[in-house]
Amino acid sequence: MTKPWDTTSEHLLRELAPQVLGAVARRFRDFSAAEDATQEAMIAAFTQWPDQGIPDNPRGWLIQVASRRMTDGMRSEIARRERETAVAAETENLTSLAEIELEADMDPDDTLILLFMCCHPALTPSSAIALTLRAVGGLTTAEIANAFLVPEATMAQRISRAKQTIKTSSTPFRLPSAHERTERLPAVLHVLYLIFSEGYASSIGSHLQRFDLAREAIRLTRNTKALLPNNAEVAGLLALMLLTDARRAARTGQDEELIPLDRQDRSLWDREEISEGIELLTAALAKGSVGLYQLQAAIAAVHDETQRAEETDWPQILALYELLNRVSPGPMVTLNHAIAAAMVHGPAKGLELLRALDSDTRVAGHYRLDAVRAHLLEKMGDHQAAIKHYRIAAARTTSIPERNYLTTQAARLAGD
Amino acid sequence: MKYILMMNTMRAGHGVPEWPQKDLRAHIAFMMGLNKELRESGELVSAEGLAFPEQAKLVRAGKNGAPITDGVFPESKEFLAGYWIVDVDSPERAYAIAAKASAAPGPGGAPLNMPIEVRPIMSGPPPEML
Repeated sequence: MTKPWDTTSEHLLRELAPQVLGAVARRFRDFSAAEDATQEAMIAAFTQWPDQGIPDNPRGWLIQVASRRMTDGMRSEIARRERETAVAAETENLTSLAEIELEADMDPDDTLILLFMCCHPALTPSSAIALTLRAVGGLTTAEIANAFLVPEATMAQRISRAKQTIKTSSTPFRLPSAHERTERLPAVLHVLYLIFSEGYASSIGSHLQRFDLAREAIRLTRNTKALLPNNAEVAGLLALMLLTDARRAARTGQDEELIPLDRQDRSLWDREEISEGIELLTAALAKGSVGLYQLQAAIAAVHDETQRAEETDWPQILALYELLNRVSPGPMVTLNHAIAAAMVHGPAKGLELLRALDSDTRVAGHYRLDAVRAHLLEKMGDHQAAIKHYRIAAARTTSIPERNYLTTQAARLAGD
Repeated sequence: MKYILMMNTMRAGHGVPEWPQKDLRAHIAFMMGLNKELRESGELVSAEGLAFPEQAKLVRAGKNGAPITDGVFPESKEFLAGYWIVDVDSPERAYAIAAKASAAPGPGGAPLNMPIEVRPIMSGPPPEML
């Protein structure tokens, strides 16, 4: 008996990926090989299920296929090592191992174990992102490669090296202790956030065909929240993603040009995402410990709840940035803080706050500092200086839509 | 982030380098090795070598949109000989790869120290400012 393949099937398959990997990794005690075997099982399912239907026990099917791959791999490894002797006995052992009941070694924490493993501190962000998408997200290497616009072979290498790093660090396949979890959760959340911003940033124009990484990040964060229901920062991150993603349809115009927040058509914002985000945030804030993601979500919520840009509650946003500055200080926070301060106390105040950043090497040459300065100078009425800084910012950004936007701002003022 | 590493070493009128075979082999092996290394590190997006400037044409549209080609270049003009596109975690890493390519062995096995132009590749917009 099989079920037909439909639009929800792909989702089901991806949800199963970390569970299958967890079961196989635990059974064979080899995360790296189990990860490859699971990927092969996923690809087999993607190839066969649409035609042949979904098996009755899809998880069992995947575990079985992955386990076979493992034993095949081990068999050829054994065969390579000792061509003649003792092989028969060993392979028999392996076969029976693969056939044992499949559900016994399921563990609901597997996805969580994998998340902590893939967001290992020894990995660079790009490796952690790639590995998380494959091992936890159940994406194929081809899909991940496509999302980051690199060749599939390059992405495969990146993933294989990431696994090598984990192997070298000899991280055991188990849930980190409560203490370790607290220590390493920020790294996990950061990786999820990076996946979201990569997707959100590239979700326009010629990149529209790319795999929807923003939605994938939301799905993974939603799963993480289900596994850590009492963690306010996980909820905060999910809220931040939803409250940001809600504006997706409004942030670009017909010609794919960027539309700043204050000029977006707010009727295009996704009300459902906004109300879910706000509900999550309200519950998270009630827990007491306010972190970086909850504060950013709170700022996003203030914007999302405002009907018209000119009604924005800037004093509240300013207060939130002041808090954020204390919880997680950094030049980008200062930059946004300056914008909020300018909205409340006037552009001179904002420009004064920006001056502190001129000597900060982390942001001194960054286009965003010039872009914000240009914006505030324009508000001061100093159009010549504003044009100059819009143009500097345009020359410094590496984003094409941003460069077009900034160049147009300069041209608009120059034409006055 | 992606970077393009451009090797601007070719000059018009100069053909293949006239080095001893041993040195030429070492140079080619080095370049192949570099590409292999970048592929294996999961950083190589693409790498291409370009044909010699003899085959280069400068094209402009004429009055009716028809191509007008121009192929005679001054000897001093530098041409792109080849490029790598890499996807790396930091600009420093892109510079390190460029430095490695720059030091490819030339005649007598001495490093050429060729200039490699490193430029960031434009991307989509960054996340919205809150």
